Formats: sequence, C-alpha cells, structure tokens
Amino acid sequence: MLRGSSRQYAADVVPEAYCYMRSTVRRVLMLLATMIIVSFLTYAAFELISGDPAEAMLGTQATPARIAALRRELGLDAPFPVRYIRWLLGFFSGDLGVSYSYKQPVGELIAPKLEVTLCLCLLSFVIITLISIPLGVLSYQQVVGRFGWIHTTLNQLLMAVPAFFTGILISWGFGIVLRAFTPGDFPDLHMDPAGAFRHLLFAAVCIAIPRTAMTVRMMRSTVISEMEKDYVQTAISRGNDRQGVLLGHVLKNSLVPAVTFLAQTMAEIVAGGIVVEQVFGIPGLGRLLVASISNRDYPVVQAIVVILAFWVVLAGLAADLINQCIDPRLRLGGGS
Amino acid sequence: MKKKMNGYLMAGLIITGVLLLMTLIGAFYTPYDPTVMSAREKFNAPSFAHLFGTDNFGRDIFSRVLKGSGTTVFIALSTVVIGAVIGTAVGAVTGYFGGFIDEVLMRMNDALTAFPSILLALVVISILGPGSRFNLILALGIVFIPGFARVTRTAFASLRDRNYVESARLMGASSARIMLIHMLPNIFSVLFPALTIGFNNAVLAEASMSFLGIGVTPPDASLGYMLSEAQGMIVAAPWYAISTGLMIILLVFGAGLIGEGLQRSGNSTEL
Repeated sequence: MLRGSSRQYAADVVPEAYCYMRSTVRRVLMLLATMIIVSFLTYAAFELISGDPAEAMLGTQATPARIAALRRELGLDAPFPVRYIRWLLGFFSGDLGVSYSYKQPVGELIAPKLEVTLCLCLLSFVIITLISIPLGVLSYQQVVGRFGWIHTTLNQLLMAVPAFFTGILISWGFGIVLRAFTPGDFPDLHMDPAGAFRHLLFAAVCIAIPRTAMTVRMMRSTVISEMEKDYVQTAISRGNDRQGVLLGHVLKNSLVPAVTFLAQTMAEIVAGGIVVEQVFGIPGLGRLLVASISNRDYPVVQAIVVILAFWVVLAGLAADLINQCIDPRLRLGGGS
Repeated sequence: MKKKMNGYLMAGLIITGVLLLMTLIGAFYTPYDPTVMSAREKFNAPSFAHLFGTDNFGRDIFSRVLKGSGTTVFIALSTVVIGAVIGTAVGAVTGYFGGFIDEVLMRMNDALTAFPSILLALVVISILGPGSRFNLILALGIVFIPGFARVTRTAFASLRDRNYVESARLMGASSARIMLIHMLPNIFSVLFPALTIGFNNAVLAEASMSFLGIGVTPPDASLGYMLSEAQGMIVAAPWYAISTGLMIILLVFGAGLIGEGLQRSGNSTEL
C-alpha cells in the first residue's frame, strides 16, 4: 500500500503508514457501528411484527403448554436485548436460525443462493466499471461538441430502462427465439460453470444498462468540472497536449469520486438483482427473499436483508480504502 | 432561481404533460373496459380497434395501460409527496438548528442508506403486510424520506448564516417562519431536481415491487404488475410487454429530461 516516494525517506514511512493505519482502523470501526445499527434495525423491525414464532410454527391448534415448551426451546423467553445479541452472535458463527416454512437451518438454505447472487452482482459490477469509466472519459469530448445533446438524451433514455423490462425482452429474444440459454432453467454453478455464467451474463447486462448510463454521466460531469480547474488550464496554456492532460492528470483526479459512486452503485445492483433474478428464474437470494416475504418466513427475510446490507456496507469500505491508495491526502486527513 | 427554458426542459415537459393528460383521461374514460374479457378477441395484434392489441383474456391492452399508468403515477406522486414533505421538514430542522439532533438523525440516515431502496421497501412492506396500494405508498414514502432529508439539510445548512436569514431573525421572526417563508423558496433550485429524481425512483420502485408480486394486487393493476403478467405471454402477445415497458420508460425519461433541464437552467455555467 505504501507508495514508492515514501519508501525513499525512512522518516516518512512511519507517519504515513501510521496515518493510513489509523484512518483504516477508524473506518473499520465505523463500519462495525453501521453494521450493528443495520442489524439492530432489521432485527427489531421483525421482532415487532412477527408475533410469536412458536405459535406460528405450531399452528392454531397447539396447547399453551406446548407453545411454552417450544418458546423455551427456541430461547424466546429471554428478554429482547439478550435475544438480539444471541441472534447477532449466531449470525457471525453461521447459525441464522430455522426457517418457518422450510423447517431447515437458514444458513444451509441461503449459502448456495448467496453464491449465485454474489456472482451476479460482481459480474454486473465488472461490466459497469469496464464500460462506463472509459466511456465517461471519452464522451467528455463529444459532449462539448455540437452533438452533445444526442449523448445527453441517449443517456437519459438508457437511464430510464428498467432492468426487468430489458430482462423480459432479452429472455424472449436470446432465450426463447435464439435459444442462447433457457430462461427459468438455471444450470448448477458447480456442475456447469460455463452455462451458469452465460445465464448470469444476460441478467448482469440487464442490471448494468441503466447503471452504466448513470456512471457515464457522473464520470463525464466530474471530468468536465476537473478540466475547468486552474492546474489543467495552466497545463494546457503552457502547451501541454490536451489529451495527455486528460489521461495523465484529470483521469487520476476523477477516479476518487468515481470509486465512491461505483460503491454506491453496488446498492443499486443488489436491488436490481432482486428483480432480475425473478425475470430470469435465477435461484438467488432475491427470489428466496421475495418468496419468504410472501410466506412471512421472517428468519429467512431477516438473514437475507442483513447479508445484503452488509454487502453494500463492505463495498463502501472497499471504496474508501481504494480511495486512500489513490489519493494520499485522504490518508492524512483521517479518512474523511 | 433563474427560469430559463431549454430544449431538455421543453421536451421533458411535453412528454410528461402528454403522459399525465393520458392517464388523467384514462381515470375517467378508456376506449374499452380494462377488465372485461372477450373470448373471441384473444391475443389480437395491434390494430385500429385495439391500438396495443389484446391479452390472453381478450382485454384491450391500451385501456389497461392507461388505467395501469394511472395507478403507477398515483402511487409515485403520493410517495414523492410523503418523502418530500417529511424529508424536507427533517432536513430543514436538522440543517437549520444543527447540533445533537442533527448528528443523530444523520447517523441514522447513513445506516438507512446501507439498505438498497428496494430492499428497504421490501422490509417495510413485509412489516406492513404486502398486497395493498396504501401500504405500498407508505413503504415507498418512508424509503424516500432519507434522500430528501439529506439534500435539503445541506441546502438549509448553507443558507443558515446568510444575511437575510440573520436579519429576519433580528426582526423577531420565529424559526418556523424563517424556514418556511424565507429559506424554503431559496432551496427550490435544489428541491425541484430532487423531486424529478424522486418521481423516477418511485415509478421504478413501484413497478419493481408490483412486478415481484408484493406491490398492488389484482384487480388493481399497475404497470409493474402488468409487466409480470405480460412476461408469461411474451411469445403469444409480445405487444403487451412492449407497450407496458415503453410506458414506464417514457414516464421516467420525461421526468429525467425535466430534471436535466432544471439542472442546466439552475446553473448555466455548467456546459
């Protein structure tokens, strides 16, 4: 993580590394705090409404004595904070409780679906990043030109395309007409990785289209405002090549907001994934989540919501750490 | 805020105006009854009799799209109103007074943004109970509060120490009056683009939720619910999915252009 310049001067190494450490530690502590708030909100919300799980599991015919016995067995007789801490500890040790409707440990139920969803999210994220960063920088020149309005309008139009609509069209065109994949018949991730990848790729493209448009737009406006800054104007007026300044200086300075934006995009990818999994019949967390909400299977809903929220928070942390590597000022400023 | 017309604003207003007019008319009059089935007219392709064709029950899709967009627009607008009113109130109070409440509310805001919007809406709706239009509005409204609060908080905080606010305070105006009468009109340039973005997100969120089957339920039909219907008959009646999807795209596109136009007329230095 240390940059070359600091390695040359031994005296510099300690403070910079120290600052980096300190801001990283602070960031990780903030992350833990956010995770605890997120998990507490989720847990409390479902505790408030779900009523008595023991009654729900035994049905209406159960005798009070049996309900009391099951409550003790499930640990429901403990006060609320104790139950929350137990649940949280269980969460980190992989014990997420038992699903009401599948009568199966939630962890077992979720693990294979989590794999699929993470693959889908990462694939979509890679597509967005690879396309939008270069396109955003390139379209800077286009937008300043006469036909800039075409780019802006196209951009707005693509931003308006909901992922599930593209999903329906793609699964019709590529799935039913061209037979590139079979909608609803998702190959096993381990048995047939290539087939699963192809399936996921179509879904990932659907999620990526509106997000790519948004990232391009954001990237472009960052580049534009960066190009107006004094140092760029100075460099250009001194006779530096515009292209060289764009790629050599402006791009690097535009990366910090881009990384932050991309991390926020992770939240939207997760949201898009929930819907697109439904369209393509991909057995991921999103489908399980929707089914569990309809079945009022709260342990499953709780676990999935917290996992997805943690995933988004982790993406934010990763973005901050990457930004600290890109921009040394963030390290010294204490990571804010 | 300078009111300067530009192409984006104009185009956006025209598209949105036409669509809103159509849905408004659709609330009172549709060419056919959107729920009446006709066995003889199943899967008719678009024609002059049925502009967008018919579905598997022989229902007129044009009429259904009109009614469906009415539902979607109604839900989206109600959602934005809830989110904007409460969010602006929260943002005004926290931005104007600052201090401890500000800290607490903003930390909670940060935690809430860890939930992707649809995920949060799903949580709220599973608490309120799925399948009702009112619960959907409430769930989405709650989801949009933090966004509006964040935007308006920044604006109010930046205006707090302006001279005109200071002099109003010296003249003995109450805090509520200062915030409502003096400061609020000055944050419109921030609020209006936020409203169009909020409307877009609300349309998409409503469509997603109803598509998943946890938004509105039949006989109430919204664009999202209709798309989920249309997916099942994509081979026999592709026009159903396409016309419904295009309606969603146009709604979002129109509001997006308005937002773009407002942003550009707001600060003409950009571009």
